[in-house]
Amino acid sequence: MAGTIPLSELAKAIRSKNAGVDKITFDVIFRDRANFEHVRDSGVISRAAICRLFNVPDTRISDHVEFEAALAIKFTLFRKAPSGSVGDGDVFGSQQYAPLLGVEVPI
Amino acid sequence: MNAPTAQVRANRGLRILCPNGHLGFAPTREGSFNIGLSATPDMIACDSGSCDCGPVPLGSDTSTSPLAWQTHDIELMLVGARKLGVPMMIGSAGDTGTNSRVDRYVRIIQELAVKHNLPRFKLGYFYSEVPKDLVRRKISSGEAVTGLDSRPDLTLEELDATDQIVAVAGVHPYMKLLDMGADVIIGGRSSDCAIFAAPAIRKGYPEALAYYYGKIMECASFCAEPYGGKESIIGEITMEDVKVTAMLPEQRCTIASVAAHSMYERPNPYYEYFLGGHIDMSDCVYEQFDERTTRITGPRFVPAADLRVKLEGAGKVGERFVGIVGVRDPYTIANIDQVIAWARNEVRARFGEEGYQLTFTVYGRDGIMGEMEPLRDHPGHELCIVVQGVAKERDRAEEICMTAFRQMFYARLPNVKGTAGGVAFLLDEVMQASPAYRWTLNHTMRVKDPMELFPVHMIEAGV
Repeated sequence: MAGTIPLSELAKAIRSKNAGVDKITFDVIFRDRANFEHVRDSGVISRAAICRLFNVPDTRISDHVEFEAALAIKFTLFRKAPSGSVGDGDVFGSQQYAPLLGVEVPI
Repeated sequence: MNAPTAQVRANRGLRILCPNGHLGFAPTREGSFNIGLSATPDMIACDSGSCDCGPVPLGSDTSTSPLAWQTHDIELMLVGARKLGVPMMIGSAGDTGTNSRVDRYVRIIQELAVKHNLPRFKLGYFYSEVPKDLVRRKISSGEAVTGLDSRPDLTLEELDATDQIVAVAGVHPYMKLLDMGADVIIGGRSSDCAIFAAPAIRKGYPEALAYYYGKIMECASFCAEPYGGKESIIGEITMEDVKVTAMLPEQRCTIASVAAHSMYERPNPYYEYFLGGHIDMSDCVYEQFDERTTRITGPRFVPAADLRVKLEGAGKVGERFVGIVGVRDPYTIANIDQVIAWARNEVRARFGEEGYQLTFTVYGRDGIMGEMEPLRDHPGHELCIVVQGVAKERDRAEEICMTAFRQMFYARLPNVKGTAGGVAFLLDEVMQASPAYRWTLNHTMRVKDPMELFPVHMIEAGV
């Protein structure tokens, strides 16, 4: 029976950070090409999957790039309000990646 | 173990030591910096600013970094650079790059020069602040101040709500000050990459490589692995390539770490924009040059058809008070939105609907991610709620925050067993925080001359 494995076990780095004051960018970086291609081709962090995972419409995604040179999948979300607005809980945007850790990737 | 890159390569290019990705924000690590100094770089440079810290420092014209840490980092660079007899440059002084921050760094340099008895040297600096009236005249004359990242064009109303504006300089004021013979340069707000690109372009290296060089250097050891900030790196630019080397013996600049860093904190991995154009990194080639050095070739420079300078601006929202409450009762946790609604209603009854902001950040449920939190229906066994009240007048902000804070204690939930107080207080008080600001400008404005917003000055320091 085919199983799954959490993305955190396949990726070397999973991170988020401000990209300017209006966006947060997410990087999922792999150590080797096989894992990069496997995750890319599985679609588990496709645009549609990101929308479901983070509960956002596609219009909130400003960029979604498969970056071969760095063996990375990168996407960027518009913030609901600029960084540091009253009530913003993550001024640097540095803890938004957590839901990606547990994304199940089919083996 | 050999000190990395202590050997001097034949036909070497321009080599810059970068000690810190954001000078002052956390202290520079001295071990790897000293290794870097022993490799006799041609220059020491770093960036000291970021809009990551939020709108408060810019709007209130303050630093988020402590003066002691800024002085510590500047002292290392200044003493090292003067000992080697090479230039040093710091961009985006004091987190924001406003005039007061440039002045502060200039003063620190002057004081350190006396403290260390440094022989006289030329200290250049430039400003980046933009008067609101200048922007107003541009808008009034029909010149659009264009929004970045899907923001609308700047309106006069948003401009009025702004307290402080800085323009983001390109390489030009740095090149000008180097031409004038500066030994030390303190820059106002500027593109991170410009600090490193400027001396490279001035020496005749290709612009594409020069800007890439700046891009990969500006966060110091963030382009190395394993992860570890505030460690020094040395980058070298030649006519053909850029090479970056980690100075901390435990770190290496690998193909993976350098390629990954080229996409750090920007929306797209391929493009980096600055005053005068952008670089396209789509065809960059990364090679492992030696154990701790990665070599990069292939970036392209695309000059801008129109000179547009980026403007950052922040405006005050109001005075701010903060209260912290905890909840342990599972029934109250399950009904926390009702508790918050109660508190909001009590504030509304007393202060009306408008003229203030009141927020509740619910840690243990969705305090960090808000509506993007997939687990917001699974709160923890205890919650921490941070209440923020913001209003124009200090006393009003305090009372709004206190009303919401106290009323959470008195919230009326129909089936609660704990009838002696609904929340736990960490402190039975609300605390004044820094005033609240917001980012009002993330825009670009057309300029005729890339120097027009960045006046340069030259003085002497030392004894």
